[in-house]
Amino acid sequence: MNKQSNTYTVIYIIVLVVVVGAALAFTSMSLRDRQIANANADKMKQILASVHVKCDAKDVKDKFNQHITAMLVVDTEGNVVKTGGPDDMEIFNIDVAAQAKLADSERELPVYVCTLADDRLEYIIPVSGNGLWGPIWGYVALDADGSTVYGTYFSHSGETPGLGAEITTEKFQKEFIGKEFFKNGRFLPVTVVKAGQRPTDGSDYVDGISGGTITSKGVGAMLDNCLRPYDAFLQSRQNK
Amino acid sequence: MAEKIKNKAVFFNPFSKDNPVVVQILGICSILAVTVKLEPAIVMGMSVIAVLAFSNVIISLLRNTIPTNIRIIVQLVVVAGLVIIVNQLLLAFAYDVAIQLSVFIGLIITNCILMGRLEAFAMANSPWPSFLDGVGNGIGYTIILVIVAFFRELLGSGTLFGMQVVPKSFYAAGYVDNGLMILPPMALIIVGCIIWIHRSINKDIQE
Repeated sequence: MNKQSNTYTVIYIIVLVVVVGAALAFTSMSLRDRQIANANADKMKQILASVHVKCDAKDVKDKFNQHITAMLVVDTEGNVVKTGGPDDMEIFNIDVAAQAKLADSERELPVYVCTLADDRLEYIIPVSGNGLWGPIWGYVALDADGSTVYGTYFSHSGETPGLGAEITTEKFQKEFIGKEFFKNGRFLPVTVVKAGQRPTDGSDYVDGISGGTITSKGVGAMLDNCLRPYDAFLQSRQNK
Repeated sequence: MAEKIKNKAVFFNPFSKDNPVVVQILGICSILAVTVKLEPAIVMGMSVIAVLAFSNVIISLLRNTIPTNIRIIVQLVVVAGLVIIVNQLLLAFAYDVAIQLSVFIGLIITNCILMGRLEAFAMANSPWPSFLDGVGNGIGYTIILVIVAFFRELLGSGTLFGMQVVPKSFYAAGYVDNGLMILPPMALIIVGCIIWIHRSINKDIQE
């Protein structure tokens, strides 16, 4: 058979693509359940990381059920529109990245209510935004007063190692602890500034990462964009 | 016997005399990207070894059927398919590793070492030598990756594998981490230095 003929070439490539395509589809289908389970477990781990609860693949589900006492969906007026337990997948699966692109009033705003060992109540709020190369996301745990940061967790999909990717380090995330999102009863998000600079509006601030300016700015913008719609909800916590 | 000696050369030559990075000058792009820290450099090296070995074998098995004018496309399809399957398997069975690797999956597909070895070796040799060639070149690549990452992490961040190795007292005495080290150009300069040293030792590969 002439291996250089056009017919052979066309048939060869069609067969190849079909075989590879089938192999990929088969792998994807047969592994999907495991992958989703892993992704959910990883999300739980990230949520718990924001309240400094460490866990591994085995006990993550138990710890999540133990600490997360409820999941809420609130609206921009501060009303709770939906309540669910820790196994409510509908609230758990709300795509924060997609919600963050909508107008404030159209968003579904999830809150994970967390109780820690000493009955300490925390509100964990998911945040999502953009870094330099792709999406960044995280979880911010606020104390029962709805303003003071108890802990944060940030992650990214493709920031530069050693530069923007440093937002995942404990060193950066610890900077946020104790900062406040409300000043004199007004919502004023914690900003991320260049080391040595100060924000002009009197808000609390943390130092950005040198060499990771765009990612650092992305974190600041993400906190502003994703926490501002919770303004009313968090205010109502303070007045309690 | 001759066959055995040849296989040995196929496996060991890429470590130094025929190193994919410092002699063949392949895969420089990913060297720039993943050598800021040691850990991702090693993970990247491991995945390149795996993908390179298996794509070499597959292309070697297919080599007599591939039409010449679309051989690059066929190689690309095989590599891309393999990388995606590896990623899917990792997502299902080693989720943490997959998350770490996420950035590098794309880089493996575009790594010129892969295309270079497929085109130069696997297309002309039988599966077993091709497998050895893949593993050998992967290791040769990893060696350079680790050397570059070692210097960049040590001098750029003062750490190794994320652990502080430059003592705190140095910083107190005014020592500052070299910020230039974490930027890509320094990877090129270090690779240049390695090539320089390597060629002055191995006089026979000087041009």
